[in-house]
Amino acid sequence: MAKKRVVTTKINGDTVEFLCEPRQTLLEVLRNTLDLTGAKEGCSNGNCGACTVLMNGRPVDSCLVLGVEAEGAEIKTIEGVACGTHLDEVQSAFLENAALQCGICTPGFIMQTEALLAENASPTEEQIRFYLAGNLCRCTGYDKIVQAVQSAATKRQSGCGTTACCH
Amino acid sequence: MTTAPKPKYKVIGTRPIRHDGADKVTGRAKYGADIKLSGMLYAAMLRSPHAHANIKKIDTSKAEKLPGVRAVVTSKDIPEQGDRIVELGEGAVNMRHLASNVLAREKVNYRGHAVAAVAADNIHIAEEACKLIEVEYEVLAPVMDVIEAMKPGALVINPDVKDENGKPTNVAKTFCFEKGDVAKGFAAADVVIEKEFRTATVHQGYIEPHNATVHWNNDGKVTVWMSTQGTFSARQQTAELHRIPISDVKVIPMEIGGGFGGKISVYLPPVAAALSKKTGKPVKLVMDRAAVFEATGPTPGSVMKVKIGAKKDGSLVAGEAWVAFEAGGYPGSPIGMGCMCVFACYDIPNAKVDGFDVCVNRPRTNAYRAPGSTQVAFAVESIIDEICEKLKLDPIEFRLKNGSQEGTRRVDGPVFPRIGMKETVQAIKDSDHWRQPLNGKNRGRGVATGFWFNCGLKSAASATVNPDGTVSLLEGSTDIGGSRTAIAMQLAETLGIKAEEVKPSVVDTDSVGYTDVTGGSRVTFATGIAAIEAGKDIINQLKERAAIIWECDAGQVRYEDGSVHGPKGVSLTFKQLADKLHHTGGAVIGRGTSSEATQGGAFGTHAVDVEVDPETGKVTILRYTVAQDAGTAIHPSYVEGQFTGGAVQGIGWALNEEYWYDTNGTMRNSTYLDYRIPTCYDLPKIETIIVEVPDPQHPFGVRGVGEVPIVPPPAAIANAIHQAIGVRMTELPMSPPRVMKAILSK
Repeated sequence: MAKKRVVTTKINGDTVEFLCEPRQTLLEVLRNTLDLTGAKEGCSNGNCGACTVLMNGRPVDSCLVLGVEAEGAEIKTIEGVACGTHLDEVQSAFLENAALQCGICTPGFIMQTEALLAENASPTEEQIRFYLAGNLCRCTGYDKIVQAVQSAATKRQSGCGTTACCH
Repeated sequence: MTTAPKPKYKVIGTRPIRHDGADKVTGRAKYGADIKLSGMLYAAMLRSPHAHANIKKIDTSKAEKLPGVRAVVTSKDIPEQGDRIVELGEGAVNMRHLASNVLAREKVNYRGHAVAAVAADNIHIAEEACKLIEVEYEVLAPVMDVIEAMKPGALVINPDVKDENGKPTNVAKTFCFEKGDVAKGFAAADVVIEKEFRTATVHQGYIEPHNATVHWNNDGKVTVWMSTQGTFSARQQTAELHRIPISDVKVIPMEIGGGFGGKISVYLPPVAAALSKKTGKPVKLVMDRAAVFEATGPTPGSVMKVKIGAKKDGSLVAGEAWVAFEAGGYPGSPIGMGCMCVFACYDIPNAKVDGFDVCVNRPRTNAYRAPGSTQVAFAVESIIDEICEKLKLDPIEFRLKNGSQEGTRRVDGPVFPRIGMKETVQAIKDSDHWRQPLNGKNRGRGVATGFWFNCGLKSAASATVNPDGTVSLLEGSTDIGGSRTAIAMQLAETLGIKAEEVKPSVVDTDSVGYTDVTGGSRVTFATGIAAIEAGKDIINQLKERAAIIWECDAGQVRYEDGSVHGPKGVSLTFKQLADKLHHTGGAVIGRGTSSEATQGGAFGTHAVDVEVDPETGKVTILRYTVAQDAGTAIHPSYVEGQFTGGAVQGIGWALNEEYWYDTNGTMRNSTYLDYRIPTCYDLPKIETIIVEVPDPQHPFGVRGVGEVPIVPPPAAIANAIHQAIGVRMTELPMSPPRVMKAILSK
């Protein structure tokens, strides 16, 4: 077993230092070392997107990133999306549109949606479906997720979101 | 989106935000793998690399010596079960088979079969230690195909499975249902179509892998934290396998990341329990995705021969079906239910069904929404389509003429009560989708109908009135798709309060009465009834409390619209009275149970437009509409969600999902990349039509909706492909290579 390394990152706005073995994934560090269990492990090989987090603003499958690769990075996880007790537009749109059933894929979808809306404030349905195709959901059939993303985009654009302070 | 309630109801039919919503969109909801206990060990499983082999020897000594390893277990650490059959909620189970499936005893029956497990200080040490376990196998030829497995002289997978002459066999069970006179029926037919169909093994594909964390305490009490479709079933299976009293096991339900029938049977809790018993520490065991594919699920592949006869006027006269399902490594496929579903959509006077449960060296199969119904619907609905073509009949009119209705007797005996089969067909007929013409080359439109029984079974609930006028509801049905809210809404409707004023919790096996699994489309129906009963119990107690306040007889108090009304026009709202309970005798706790044998049955009819690429064989879904009888939709958004989710799973089953095995019996696509489930980019919007023919067995008319939507898609798509390019697909999945093959051999 190789020696543990010290890694310094910014997670959800806070500076975080953690120790990890070189073989540990960012997902394992987030979940087991830092107790940020919102990112889910569905496949461990980048196929399902349940572990999606934002790394320097880009969505990544955290199961495909090593913990040591997070050195100096800014990470945003599902735990950092809401502003205090207020849900952000994407979170509230997922609830209002019943865009989740079991909910295991939801954190990954929300993170991917945050990345999409940061890139493209008013995506078409085609663009939404393309951008979210790396996130698997087995419960919903995706319709209500697509509707939620559309509704979140509209809300954010019209500035009537609840968490304007956070963006 | 309509948010207005139905005229009859205040809460039912509205779309409140689900009670667990905030937790689920913030990452706070705790699923099985999210738990962390002090002193917890991490476990890993050694699985068989062979599909079929005798285990000669297991040497765990090297693994035990690895620093950080705390315990290693094999089948020796699960007690001998003997020949015991135990009723486990959704069917009787042979305990020796269940124990052997959990940890292989003398032999391994499929690739990925659990052989040993290690608990260590972290998961990496546990995984390294698994590699140090030495297993000596005597490799046997794998028996992968149902037809091969049924042949006399086939290698027998389970020597204890015997035919009526006591001879070992792979055919674990046979079914036969018959009504009328089949020979006479066919003799009267003007058109008879007979075909053979095959469907591939498919997986439920829930995103959350199986998990269990178990602590075997020093007092012998065992606590299990897990995601499961049935806490009470998991409790019983764990207790039975370890031969300890069920009350010594407490199962605490964590949030569950999908199940679809695959999270009823236990795999991990008995193993984690054995590791915890050896170490005295809590042990967490989580599967990886390959193990989920190779060792859990799947639902059976099938071989079916179906023959149906009709008269020129379009009336059905006879049907015959021969259906063989893969049971997997141990007996127990849903063949019985498949046989009961074959002809359930139609009033066929003469019919016969033969069914076979056949062991093969694949994972032991499980339910997958409407278990067994999708396979048989693919066969029957394809043949119905051919009959319509031969007789030049409209497939919708044909279904309206021959469809099952109240009074129709199924081939397996029961007579349908009020059902909505024809109403779903009519809904498709009236839909915008059906009325719009479909133009274009290589495009076709198909329709198919599906049936599922829907279970009743047992549920319990209790509800406590809080001083602020809210109600805390405790129930035992693990919530996979928003059922907490659907149940809370029924209690709210009963009490005349708001959905948000009921606070539902899914609680552990020590905290609520026995509740059967979240399966069989039963929760909104049966646990709903338990909640309604709890509500009525609260109302009776509230009347007594009001009578104390008003110094009158409880018989003089009536409960209406969320208020108690007494003599001389006095009244108190629910909230006002709730605040006075502490002065009139303390807490008011309502309790309710339900124990219905059946529900009224549910039907769905789907329409689909496809385009087939004649160069590649790729099938693209252009438009898809689901019409299904929900009885009464409690929360329409989540009803629609079941419709679309089930339909999309059915589309995956139809077009590309399958287990690929090599000649050694190794699954070659045990990742999500290669076992490809539909993504949002593969699909158009799925349109939904909620048909409501109330089920008289439920106070609000609920019919379960979870299972039917997976049934029609393969047949509907096959029928659409036929219309598009004139080929009849008889094998699932209808993947590009198969469609190409069919086009080229046209």
